[in-house]
Amino acid sequence: MTVTASGLLPRTVYDVAIVGAGVVGCAIARRLARHADLRIALIEAQDDVGQGTSKANTAILHTGFDAIPGSLEARLVREGARQLALYAAESGIPVEPVGALLVAWDEAQLAVLPSLAEKAERNAYPDARELGTTELYAREPHLGPGALGALHIPGESIICPWTTTLAYATQAVRHGVDLHLNSRVEKASREDGVHRLGTTRGPLRARRLVNAAGLHADTLDRQLGHDDFTVTPRRGQLLVFDKFARALVRHILLPVPTALGKGVLVAPTVYGNVLLGPTAEDLHDKHDTGSTADALAGLREQGRRILPELLDEEVTAVYAGLRAATEHEDYRIVAHPEQATVTVGGIRSTGLTASLAIADHVTALLADTGLELTPPRDLTPIHMPNLGEAFPRPCQRPELIAEDPEYGTLVCHCERVSRGEIRDALTSTIPPHTVDGLRRRTRARSGRCQGFHCGAAVRALFEGVRG
Amino acid sequence: MRDVDVLVVGAGPAGLAVAARLAVAGVGHVEVLDRELRAGGVPRHCAHGGFGTWLNPLTGPAYARLLTTAAARAGAVVRTGVTALDWAGPLSLTTVGPDGPETLRARAIVLATGARERPRAARLVPGTRPAGVLTTGELQQAVHLHGQRIGSRAVVVGAEDVSYAAADTVTASGADVVAMVTELPYSQTTPVRAQAARLRHRVPLLTDTTVVELLGHGRLSGVRVRHSAGRTAVLPCDTVVFTGDFVPDHELARRGGIDLDPGTRGPAVDGALRTSRTGVFAAGSVLHAVESAATAAEEGTHTARAVREWLTGTTWPTGVPLTVAPPLRWIAPNRVTPADHHPYVLRTTTLLNRPLLRVTQDGRVLHRQRTWTAVPNRTLRLAAGWASAVDPEGGPVEVTAGHP
Ligand SMILES: Cc1cc2nc3c(=O)[nH]c(=O)nc-3n(C[C@H](O)[C@H](O)[C@H](O)COP(=O)(O)OP(=O)(O)OC[C@H]3O[C@@H](n4cnc5c(N)ncnc54)[C@H](O)[C@@H]3O)c2cc1C
Ligand SMILES: Cc1cc2nc3c(=O)[nH]c(=O)nc-3n(C[C@H](O)[C@H](O)[C@H](O)COP(=O)(O)OP(=O)(O)OC[C@H]3O[C@@H](n4cnc5c(N)ncnc54)[C@H](O)[C@@H]3O)c2cc1C
Repeated sequence: MTVTASGLLPRTVYDVAIVGAGVVGCAIARRLARHADLRIALIEAQDDVGQGTSKANTAILHTGFDAIPGSLEARLVREGARQLALYAAESGIPVEPVGALLVAWDEAQLAVLPSLAEKAERNAYPDARELGTTELYAREPHLGPGALGALHIPGESIICPWTTTLAYATQAVRHGVDLHLNSRVEKASREDGVHRLGTTRGPLRARRLVNAAGLHADTLDRQLGHDDFTVTPRRGQLLVFDKFARALVRHILLPVPTALGKGVLVAPTVYGNVLLGPTAEDLHDKHDTGSTADALAGLREQGRRILPELLDEEVTAVYAGLRAATEHEDYRIVAHPEQATVTVGGIRSTGLTASLAIADHVTALLADTGLELTPPRDLTPIHMPNLGEAFPRPCQRPELIAEDPEYGTLVCHCERVSRGEIRDALTSTIPPHTVDGLRRRTRARSGRCQGFHCGAAVRALFEGVRG
Repeated sequence: MRDVDVLVVGAGPAGLAVAARLAVAGVGHVEVLDRELRAGGVPRHCAHGGFGTWLNPLTGPAYARLLTTAAARAGAVVRTGVTALDWAGPLSLTTVGPDGPETLRARAIVLATGARERPRAARLVPGTRPAGVLTTGELQQAVHLHGQRIGSRAVVVGAEDVSYAAADTVTASGADVVAMVTELPYSQTTPVRAQAARLRHRVPLLTDTTVVELLGHGRLSGVRVRHSAGRTAVLPCDTVVFTGDFVPDHELARRGGIDLDPGTRGPAVDGALRTSRTGVFAAGSVLHAVESAATAAEEGTHTARAVREWLTGTTWPTGVPLTVAPPLRWIAPNRVTPADHHPYVLRTTTLLNRPLLRVTQDGRVLHRQRTWTAVPNRTLRLAAGWASAVDPEGGPVEVTAGHP
């Protein structure tokens, strides 16, 4: 098992190099790992997998009911959702099938609901159903006054985006994929049928290249000589509310899209929090994941209408993600057989859901570029540590504590993270390189106190293992 | 399920004091739980002096040890590394520790779960999410309990007592305090302390100033501040410490459906520190975030008597609400029964020059008292002794601050 974070990259000529270890790149790596004879490198600029857009989204496993019928995105979201639901169940990735309600707050929004239901049908999603106010308020008693009706999409779920990405990457690495972190690809050229990637950790060679660089996919694509699309980062800021807010909402409350704009959603998370957001701001800077006072005030204003009591709860985090929006409506997944590359671009706002289907699609395209694929093997299943509240956490499992008391010793009290879980994460296949990476793997210090009680103790455990 | 006589949640000054007093008085099995690996609560990591008594001044850690030893010597069972998770019944709690889960049932429960500072996210400070963003609690533990390095240039947000303690900790760790920043027009500590920081340690205090943005990817590179007159500036730093802005750790109380006071956000209690749940008491910072450790310990001792009375079979009075009018922010205790005789602590949102506190019920004046200048984030006290005049069947009792 190979995970590297420093030193020169190996001199091996890989069969396939995948640039970008977001949820998409990791899914592709995992999918290709089913072909035992392939030498695969997964190359990531940052110090961890899933550090780009994949860590900062709204964590919804979409049905694809509102996709553009007939688009590639519509198909891959639909297929991906089904695959990921199965994979999550097999791998212990927390998913809660809470369903979504598109709540109409004015006549214009109410008038749109039938056409959305009809669009859902065209996307092969037949279960959308309109609800009157009585049923709406029975389902969501804490909803603010003035809602006129809703469209119920029972198939929408919430998922842990972080565990998903890490599960793909871990399984890929355990099946022979080399993961190289801290390796930003800065140059790309091709000689004698071999790609030469100039990275911050020296050169890397591969016969085939998959560009899954997310926000930077257009830059890499241009280096390969294409001018297919331009990524305009569209920032989405979000507020996370404390676990006490979870009791206020049962479904994902989606806005009804109208000509006037998209509105914001209120959604539970699998960790037992509630999200409010995201904004949609077109930017130029692909690193501008900061939050702004105006946006936060605007979100709170909109949240107050949707779920008034939400605003009384403590905010435990504020974050922003950048959608890789392009000038095209659809995904931009393009094979260049002559160059032996596949570019996976414009995976804007559904990439988590579609990831497994994108991986299948990209694998088929790679085959079209001439990559020889032996019959795929079944991968050994993986069991991820559970971060979800709907499933027993280690401190709630007497049998586990009896075996190993470390699971009964809590370090992070807000999120009830035990010393055993922190130890496991620090010694896992893809261990964290920062305290923040440890946080994403365990939730240690992501609760309401943000480290007031546990921050120093968590850091001590991190530094103790890493020396 | 295991039965005990009194279960105390939290082995800080309040919890240890109530346990020691009950155990000394011979109240059967008194058990104190703390989720940390060591008892003592917040003083464990307040490495400075100012604890103990006039005759026996102590540092925080020494004070924590003294209280822990006293409780254990008196016969209370102090268990650390054990978290009270939730309620299993009106007077029983589920717990977890290295020995596994356990449900404990008691004849009386005392919640002494303390308080925390609100972190950056809760304060909605915009910007990036870099490393180097702390609260005083984390800072003190990092430096004093774990010997960790925290950075080299720190901005301290706040100018109350705890903010100066944070500044001292930054200095003790070998780092520099770039500035202290407060939204208020003045420092809220004692003049002596404020002057020492300014003159002896050369720490600039930026008043009327708000931190409006955190900067830097990976590691903090600076904070943007705005003066109330509109000017903004960037203070380069690699560490920022958000101090004060305390909130009670009221989670266990809330999970149990115990009434909270809207002002303090802690459990609403009467003068004997009885909560809305029969048999459940609360003491210390969870009631009023935060007062001195001495106040918390004194409350523990005070409520021990009420716990004993309850164990011998007294009734559980409900009392009437005790509220404050702006610019006062909160008062604790915040319910009142005619038998109450414990003094009150309050907070103001604005500076009040020798205000006159008036206690009224249904238009009837129960008490008037002139106090010292009231400063935001500092203790303001209201004497006891007027509660006997309260009509237990009457309306809420209100405290106002005004000029004669
Ligand atoms: C606010 C918001 C809400 C969203 N909500 C949802 C949702 O609810 N459900 C859903 O399914 N989807 C959602 N999405 C979309 C989803 O998050 C993305 O589609 C998905 O994360 C894209 O994954 P990716 O792997 O393509 O990109 P990324 O996660 O950005 O991964 C790209 C990786 O490539 C690396 N990289 C870039 N350039 C280089 C280089 N030159 N060399 C090496 N490495 C490089 C980056 O560091 C990064 O790790 C949301 C997105 C946003 C912003
Ligand atoms: C950063 C900071 C600095 C301070 N500096 C000073 C100072 O210099 N001088 C001074 O006089 N006062 C100071 N104070 C105030 C003083 O610390 C408090 O008044 C005092 O600690 C309150 O005691 P307590 O017992 O109510 O709470 P705490 O001391 O906070 O103790 C509460 C205990 O309850 C435990 N607990 C909470 N929930 C659970 C649960 N569910 N299960 C098990 N255990 C639980 C916690 O682990 C903790 O040990 C400071 C406070 C802070 C936050």
